[in-house]
Amino acid sequence: MRAPRIGVLSTGILVSGCSGSQSALNPYGAPAIHVEHLIVGIVVLSGAIWLLVMVMLALALRRGRRAEAEGQTSEGRLTMTVSAAVAVTVATIAGMTIASFYTTRSVGLPQSAAVTITVRAQQWWWQVIYTGSDGTSTFQTANEIHIPVGQDVRLQLESADVVHSFWVPSLAGKQDLVPGRPNDLLLRAEKRGVYRGQCAEFCGLQHSHMAVMVIAEAPSDYARWITSQRANAMMPADPDAASGQATFLAKPCAACHTIRGTLATGTTGPDLTHIGSRQTIAAGLVETTRGSLAAWIADPQTLKPGNNMPMVPLTSIELQNISAYMDSLK
Amino acid sequence: MEAGELDRRLGATWSTPPGLWGALSTVDHKIIGRRYIVTAFVFLALGGVLSLLMRLQLAQPEARFIGPDRYNQIFTMHGSNMMFLFAVPVMQAMAIYLVPLMVGTRHIAFPRLNAFSYWMYLAGGLLLWIAFAVDTGPDVGWFAYVPLSGPQYAAGKRADIWAQMITFTEVSALAIAVEIVVTVFKQRAPGMSLDRIPLFVWSMLVTSFLVILAMPAIMIASTSLILDRLVGTHFFNPAEGGDVLLWQHLFWFFGHPEVYIIFLPAVGMVSSIVATFTQRPVFGYLAMVMALIATGVLAFGLWVHHMFVAGLPRLGESFFTASSMAIAVPAGLQIFCWLATIWAGRPIFKAPFLFVIGFIVVFVIGGLTGVMVASVPFDTQVHDTYFVVAHFHYVLVGGAVFPLLGAVYYWFPKLTGRMMSESLGRWSFGLIFSGFNLTFFPMHILGLQGMPRRIYTYQPEMPWAGLNMFISLSGIILAAGFLLFFIDAIRSARSGPIAPANPWGASTLEWATSSPPPSYNFARLPVVESLEPLSDRADPLGFVEGLHTDRREVLITSVVEARAEARESSVGNSIWPLLAALATSAMLIWSIFTPWAVVWGSIPIAIALIGWFWPKGDPEDES
Repeated sequence: MRAPRIGVLSTGILVSGCSGSQSALNPYGAPAIHVEHLIVGIVVLSGAIWLLVMVMLALALRRGRRAEAEGQTSEGRLTMTVSAAVAVTVATIAGMTIASFYTTRSVGLPQSAAVTITVRAQQWWWQVIYTGSDGTSTFQTANEIHIPVGQDVRLQLESADVVHSFWVPSLAGKQDLVPGRPNDLLLRAEKRGVYRGQCAEFCGLQHSHMAVMVIAEAPSDYARWITSQRANAMMPADPDAASGQATFLAKPCAACHTIRGTLATGTTGPDLTHIGSRQTIAAGLVETTRGSLAAWIADPQTLKPGNNMPMVPLTSIELQNISAYMDSLK
Repeated sequence: MEAGELDRRLGATWSTPPGLWGALSTVDHKIIGRRYIVTAFVFLALGGVLSLLMRLQLAQPEARFIGPDRYNQIFTMHGSNMMFLFAVPVMQAMAIYLVPLMVGTRHIAFPRLNAFSYWMYLAGGLLLWIAFAVDTGPDVGWFAYVPLSGPQYAAGKRADIWAQMITFTEVSALAIAVEIVVTVFKQRAPGMSLDRIPLFVWSMLVTSFLVILAMPAIMIASTSLILDRLVGTHFFNPAEGGDVLLWQHLFWFFGHPEVYIIFLPAVGMVSSIVATFTQRPVFGYLAMVMALIATGVLAFGLWVHHMFVAGLPRLGESFFTASSMAIAVPAGLQIFCWLATIWAGRPIFKAPFLFVIGFIVVFVIGGLTGVMVASVPFDTQVHDTYFVVAHFHYVLVGGAVFPLLGAVYYWFPKLTGRMMSESLGRWSFGLIFSGFNLTFFPMHILGLQGMPRRIYTYQPEMPWAGLNMFISLSGIILAAGFLLFFIDAIRSARSGPIAPANPWGASTLEWATSSPPPSYNFARLPVVESLEPLSDRADPLGFVEGLHTDRREVLITSVVEARAEARESSVGNSIWPLLAALATSAMLIWSIFTPWAVVWGSIPIAIALIGWFWPKGDPEDES
């Protein structure tokens, strides 16, 4: 049984006109754009250097192949040529170093960011913590970061277990999340869209399935989203979902997951308060639908072998109700 | 003394007894060197099989051939095996065989240590592969970052096996480095002053110093990891005041020089081949030696470029950008010197030289992408992606394996007394060169398109499937090239045409003796009067006499001028190095299970060492 996977085109407001949703060559954020200019510049220059060396190699081979009729090249001329080539190498290297320093300066952290979000990486998902300006009213989500378009966002990067690396190539270069050493990263999207990212540092069994979505939206939409997320989960109106909630609270689920507004306050797994409103589950593995929720809950180990969610034995009715409940948590 | 009589007497003194006892107790550097090279190539083949398995899994998105657990073991084994069991040992093994011949001495310094180092290397390799065969292979990457490799996240014995395998290879590599340094400094043929040392010997000398200086860092790292895991120390546990980044600093302080430990010997091999196949000495001898030394020094100043995204202070990162870029200068200088040599020489397009041409084409790409990843902002996008996988394969396969394969074709007659097939050599070069580029070049693009390394699968929505399939298919071409190389080598070793002493018309001392050399290397020790002692063949090589023929002696010379200083007795065959290696291996493996093994396990080691160093009496006194 396979749950439906997120298609590139089905992810709603996807970046228009880009060939890949996760590429350093499709930059849509200021830091990534600066770096892309550097990448293109250095790659073109290096390509030219390589061609030059190859031409030299070909000429040297061809010359040697023809007889010695042309006479010996003097040691003095060879020394001059090699010295000149080394001088050009030094100058090129110096130029690339300076270009690199200037780019580093332009992608640094701003003095003050409009928004600060804490990202805490875990094996194998992203815990995202939003703190209000008053520092108290916080809420959490998972594997999905909403940011306002055109504003500097400061990510505070932490790790709960091993070393991970936060990388959304279209928006910025990567930055490691090192246990015991919080890091910062400047994120900025110049355009609305969903930007996919992925953990880049090997972090164990399911390193491959640790994706993150950054959703950049207009500041007004972003404010609306913040308000909706801050609210506690609604009590399910639908009887199936209500029965699903009861099962959820009675089974071990509540020991690991939090659903604000209910008795579930576990902290090992992702906060599920508004899981129905997230585009994907299991860190970008599958699109959030009732079917995929049911598939995940029924057998998480087949979908994502080795992850930390245990299989909880459920009857098929219980399974249906719980997935209905999850889906209702918008 | 007549030549025939001299050969007979020297043979009686130096030869290894036939049979199993002789094989286990020999200290002949040529037998051990050959054994080392063959073992390293077996590990190359095994590592290659692992890479094919990985490519099978990655050919399609969400493939289910290999699960995450086995896959993580496979890529960890591939990296650890290629770095610790193939690349470094094979270079050192070539040195064990060639350096004493190239400096014109009868034996390597510390022959018993040499035998010991081989047995340790073999034991470390067997430990790793047996663990993998029984599904207990390490699965934390060849870099074994903490805390993933620490006691909290890597349960079982897998990470311990990795750390102990490192210890085995440390012992082995350090022992060889010391032997090479002493052989080069004190046992050179009279007259081989520092400015007449062949470039390959220079490269192995610098490499040996790199080993001696870099290995302590990984020893501290792997020992701390073992202590964290087995004794409950907290070197790397931030909750108890330890530091996660400490591991990365120690690991890369070793790990970056490691690249040059692999690359510098290749520089020496390329120089030997270029000189022989262009029929002139390498242009810019002094510049080449300076470039070797400069690379060796700079190698220790750029480990942080592996940690540009770990959140280190910006100013420090800038320093390491500059030093990482600067190392391109000596590398460029070497390339230009070879080009100048080819320009001024008359190239002969035989298989060894083809591999050198392939090396230049591929390695320049690897060097240029190295400059790219030295830039902090560039690196933040490509670090830990397939771009880096492409980059370091261009450097390591292009920069070291291509020269190594050329070196095998070049020195095969000296190693075996037989020639390899020229036509098969051309075919295998063609397949390896095209297969390599088709396999690894597209990985640069995959990396820029956002594909991270060390993932066992990817989702079909990602735009990577096409290139991955292409890469997997190209890998088959590459594998076919290597298969052909192995077939040629095995077949030629048995039935290739018999080689004369100097089949290529080369000018360094190893070609002054027969192919393969007799157990005593040279019947009469050569005297060297130029950088190219064999180039003027009308003038026969001078020689020294006066060493004993009835017992093993080598000539000791001064460090700078290589003036004869003394005769030194060289030890004979002994079973104790093998027994010492067995005792040490037992202790190291046992210590994975209990720290008490260090206490009790040291008793057999002590006994073996007493046997090893039991005084025999000075033969000079008796005579």
